[in-house]
Amino acid sequence: MPDFGFKLQKDRQIDFDANDRSATRAIIETEPTFRLCIACGTCTACCSAGNFTDFSLRRMITGLKRGNYEGVRAMADQCMLCGKCQMLCPRGVSTRKLVLAIRKHIR
Amino acid sequence: MIGGGIAGMESSAHLAAMDYEVTLLEKDSRLGGKLLKWERLFPTMRLGSEVLAFLNQGVEKHVAVHCNTEITEIHRKAAAFHIHTATGRTYEADAVLVTTGYDLFDARKKEEYGYGIYENVITSAELEAMFAEGKPLHTADGRIPKRMGFIHCVGSRDEKVGNVYCSKVCCVTAVKQAIEVKEKHPETDIYCFYMDLRMYGMHFEAMYKQAQEKYGINFIRGRLSEACENIDHSVLLKAEDTLSGRPLKMSVDLLVLMVGFIPSEGTKAVGKMLGLEFGVNRFFKTCDQHTLTNVSNVPGVFFAGACTAPKTITNSITDARAAAATIATYLEGKAISARTIENQK
Repeated sequence: MPDFGFKLQKDRQIDFDANDRSATRAIIETEPTFRLCIACGTCTACCSAGNFTDFSLRRMITGLKRGNYEGVRAMADQCMLCGKCQMLCPRGVSTRKLVLAIRKHIR
Repeated sequence: MIGGGIAGMESSAHLAAMDYEVTLLEKDSRLGGKLLKWERLFPTMRLGSEVLAFLNQGVEKHVAVHCNTEITEIHRKAAAFHIHTATGRTYEADAVLVTTGYDLFDARKKEEYGYGIYENVITSAELEAMFAEGKPLHTADGRIPKRMGFIHCVGSRDEKVGNVYCSKVCCVTAVKQAIEVKEKHPETDIYCFYMDLRMYGMHFEAMYKQAQEKYGINFIRGRLSEACENIDHSVLLKAEDTLSGRPLKMSVDLLVLMVGFIPSEGTKAVGKMLGLEFGVNRFFKTCDQHTLTNVSNVPGVFFAGACTAPKTITNSITDARAAAATIATYLEGKAISARTIENQK
């Protein structure tokens, strides 16, 4: 059959019922302050890495909460663990430990 | 005093304590208003009945209380108001305090959320009634929900239902009720869908943090666009997860709609009888937003409580005491009650 170029588009919807969030639960167990994030973006704004790359701890945490693990590991590897975000986080998220927990539980 | 809820009770108590002759008219069979149906209060989880008992100490034996009293007409004859009731009695008053409160938004008007259509969609008031009656939390077919959703701003901040204002108490009430569910059923997962979380009160933010830290309650920033029923009668939610920038779908076993405040039927009726002005949000319009907050457009008629705007219990109690002071200075003809301020648009 000739290829007319038609194809099924991958759904962009986050399917909460289908997503596996077991790695997120493991991260929370390792670093419970994960839960405290209110997605304010302070971490991303002060991030040395984030000013030159698309690294965003805020976006990583949001993705993890939804069981959306795509690209998370590669992003976690970009963090230099400088700890600036930890000094600024208004909710007391232990961001360095959190990044290490992400590296531990997400392959 | 027209209306025996929180504001009516506390204003009556203070005016009676100042030796004024106070008559409190209530259409229901007992005093307490909406608080009668609310079990626990944010942010301390105190029982609502304790607050009622406190208010009652000032009312009992000090105020002439007339329950089951519906007002049919109010006339002004010389300086006095003549208040006629359905029971055929007439009360005379030198001043009238209107404390007619609020009603809850009828969630059926937000049809896309499925209240009254899907059996596992309930309101925050119905969840509170489950708590108050000591009934175990359950879905329509009697199971403990494995996953629950709380939808903020139902009937509030929504031009489509004609209510553009924030109802003030729902954000923290959702957090309170979610914590209560987790206390009883730690295995139930909870997701709150919000547009903004308005944790303005002194201890509200701490409660919100506790909900995340201690109870693992989840918050998703995005307004529910629609709810549908799955074949197993769970409810499928569709919203945008605005922080991920992607649409999201999720099934919940029980959906709780945080219904907001609307002006009560009594507010509308009494307002008409007295010729009171209503504001843009259909609550009573006070003479000034900053200063004359208990004063109406009709001399001798005053406001307290949620008939002028959504209020917390704390707000209503404070407002009631302010109204008592305002009425006392009016009745004494004190110069302070003649103060004016330039009218603002």
